[in-house]
Amino acid sequence: MNALVSMKDIEKSFPGVRALHNAQLDLRAGEVHALMGENGAGKSTMMKILAGIYRRDGGEILLDGKPVEVNSPRQAQDLGIGIIHQELNLMPHLTAAQNMFIGREPRKAAGLLLDEAKLNADAAEIFASMHLKLDPRTLVGGLTIARQQMVEIAKALSYRSRVLIMDEPTAALNDAEINELFAIIARLKAEGVGIVYISHKMDELKRIADRVTVMRDGEYIGTVPAADTPVEKIISMMVGRALTEDRPEVPDHSNAEVVLEVRNLNRGAVIRDVSFSVRKGEILGFAGLMGAGRTEVARAIFGADRRDSGDIFVHGKKVDIRMPQDAVRAGIGYLSEDRKHFGLATGMDVRNNVVLASLSRFAGPGGLLRESAMHEAASRYIDQLAIKTPSDRQEVRLLSGGNQQKIVIAKWLLRDCEVLIFDEPTRGIDVGAKNEIYKLLNALAQQGRAIIVISSELPEILRLSHRIAVMCEGRLTGILSGGASQEEIMHLATLRGEAANHNKQDKPAKGEAK
Amino acid sequence: MSATASTANVSTASRFSGAQHRLLAFASLIALIVVFSLASPNFMQTSNIIAILQATSVNGVLAIAATLVIITGGIDLSVGTLMTFCAVVAGVVLTSWGMPLGLGVLAAILAGAASGIASGTFVAKLKIPPFIATLGMMLILKGLSLVISGTRPIYFNSTPGFTQISQGSLIGTVIPGLPIPNGVLILFLVAIATSFILERTILGRFTFALGSNEEAVRLSGVNTDRWKIAVYALAGAICGIAGLLIASRLNSAQPALGQGYELDAIAAVVIGGTSLSGGRGTIIGTLIGALIISVLANGLRILSVAQEWQTVVTGLIIILAVYTDILRRRGL
Repeated sequence: MNALVSMKDIEKSFPGVRALHNAQLDLRAGEVHALMGENGAGKSTMMKILAGIYRRDGGEILLDGKPVEVNSPRQAQDLGIGIIHQELNLMPHLTAAQNMFIGREPRKAAGLLLDEAKLNADAAEIFASMHLKLDPRTLVGGLTIARQQMVEIAKALSYRSRVLIMDEPTAALNDAEINELFAIIARLKAEGVGIVYISHKMDELKRIADRVTVMRDGEYIGTVPAADTPVEKIISMMVGRALTEDRPEVPDHSNAEVVLEVRNLNRGAVIRDVSFSVRKGEILGFAGLMGAGRTEVARAIFGADRRDSGDIFVHGKKVDIRMPQDAVRAGIGYLSEDRKHFGLATGMDVRNNVVLASLSRFAGPGGLLRESAMHEAASRYIDQLAIKTPSDRQEVRLLSGGNQQKIVIAKWLLRDCEVLIFDEPTRGIDVGAKNEIYKLLNALAQQGRAIIVISSELPEILRLSHRIAVMCEGRLTGILSGGASQEEIMHLATLRGEAANHNKQDKPAKGEAK
Repeated sequence: MSATASTANVSTASRFSGAQHRLLAFASLIALIVVFSLASPNFMQTSNIIAILQATSVNGVLAIAATLVIITGGIDLSVGTLMTFCAVVAGVVLTSWGMPLGLGVLAAILAGAASGIASGTFVAKLKIPPFIATLGMMLILKGLSLVISGTRPIYFNSTPGFTQISQGSLIGTVIPGLPIPNGVLILFLVAIATSFILERTILGRFTFALGSNEEAVRLSGVNTDRWKIAVYALAGAICGIAGLLIASRLNSAQPALGQGYELDAIAAVVIGGTSLSGGRGTIIGTLIGALIISVLANGLRILSVAQEWQTVVTGLIIILAVYTDILRRRGL
């Protein structure tokens, strides 16, 4: 098969950083080509060059064997190259059809008026070709993320794209939505569209990719067929070494003190009568499907959202948590799934982020800050958690996801939190750094902290948890012991409505029997 | 590791260009001074330079207040009318009630802080967007100034020392050759003090942190409302100082004055390189910005350029200043 696109010897530097060096990729018509690599490996940069968002410094791009210049997104569209960004770029107040044809609206009356009827008909035609049931007149703001993504895909197709780039398209989708997306990808593939698929999820690769190209540190490592290459091989290509998987030994916590206890927590329809406890040194995993209410429980405990009713006890003493500052005073720290928006002041440096929750401790008379003490504290955690940063004055936004996560952890360790709630602790973190975060969580538990881990990745839950709490539609449908199987978890995660209440009565016999 | 080494380069590059922007503003200031002094021999006269500095003092102090709020990611449209309100309060306390000078000064500053607490409360507790909250405060204060003063100017003739606040020269009595008015001295003292607060104290650190990512600060268990109100209060107190300066210069509190000053102040902040989206900014930048505006006004006047055109040029400079900032960011 001939290559539809080939990118050869691509070079790209940003001030002070060499982002790509000798990078290459060849994409065939009608294939799904996965582009893999750790964060910062250069995948997105490579694709932004193909989509005309960045200009390359060197190398060449061939389309159908002929050299082409892609110097603007407009040129890329004209060449039939479409990109669907990780962050969707839609206008929520416009309809699906208006979004798809923005700037290219069909006109009537000598070009003076917009032809809405044709606009909607054109959009409907593309939706039909995707087997997508969606009214073109629906406002995009009211659609789910998955549906919005479909609109983006339809938009790309409206340019008659022959090359479609998808940057982590499933990051915010649930299983049903992922299936729908994959069905559309399969149809596009059958029509001869070449798809570049960037993802961190190994299981997806196996499901849809034909070939895999791995990048590391901005360089091309290799291209392998997806079907007959073991996952371990791909991971070792990505990280440059082999990773070991291990299941935790579950220590016996039955005599350990209960540090956090939550009783009958309620909040509207999203949290319904949730009760559980975490002991000293224990890691309690929270599993469930998207929208099961796990993050909501965490935020309610932490005081970030109001709760309707329910009591929270720390060391057996009832605490009144109305605001995050109350939770922090009670020794509870919350690490949000969205570090950039809720966890870090990314424009500030490592030092200030580490001390952010304990700043008043570093203020002397008149509010004067003791920078040297702050430096000492930050440096101590940089060493202890092996945070890779040139200094504690480095701006946090310039660090990788894994290191950013460690900074948030450091912030709570410095605050001496006994209960740490991790919401999706490894989201957006590359494979190598994930392992480090896992080790860190285990070490924190061994030091006697009570840890709650919320994760949508079952392997992560299984690997870390000493006990597993499963939620479905705002209810806690059961608590399993660490050795539980994926099937048991999925059963509880899909236990809806009244059935859950019955189940809950006999479930503790199984899970909390200890 | 290569990755960390290269990110280090990015960081020094960005920090350098941050300084570069200030350097650029400073270089523009010097360039303006050079051009004007070549164009007119009157420009570099000591008396003219002192006039420029004196003209900067009020706007400079107001701009410092505005800088604080803007760094938190907010905006304060009430600085101009708050300045007037504080001047009127001083007038009432000193002239109508016949209180001693010190109490008048204290009343003006406390009135400023109280108004700041009100603005801050609207923004932090009631979640009213800063633009709207301070727009409301701007009108409230404008009206209150007229109400309290009975719409007439209040003169400070019964408090002879009052004009000394701005027009006397402490430096001049110590160094006779250098008759720098107290207004200018106060501007620099306020600048130094505010700079110190911003860079070295917990209030300053939270000012930047709030502008950088307020939600992250809140979820760190910090009482963000309290700190935000404190920043607005400090800004308000500084407006109180500006009120004293302008009243002292005019030897009267003019209740109808004030509206429009907030725009000059915000212009100085922006020219000085403080980001309107919050999280970044310096007092020295704001000072340079305020000086650029005064030098421009003064220089163009000496060159007999009509006042209308001065306004046009100031507008162009604001756009140019922000554009250079955007270029700098894009360069990253």
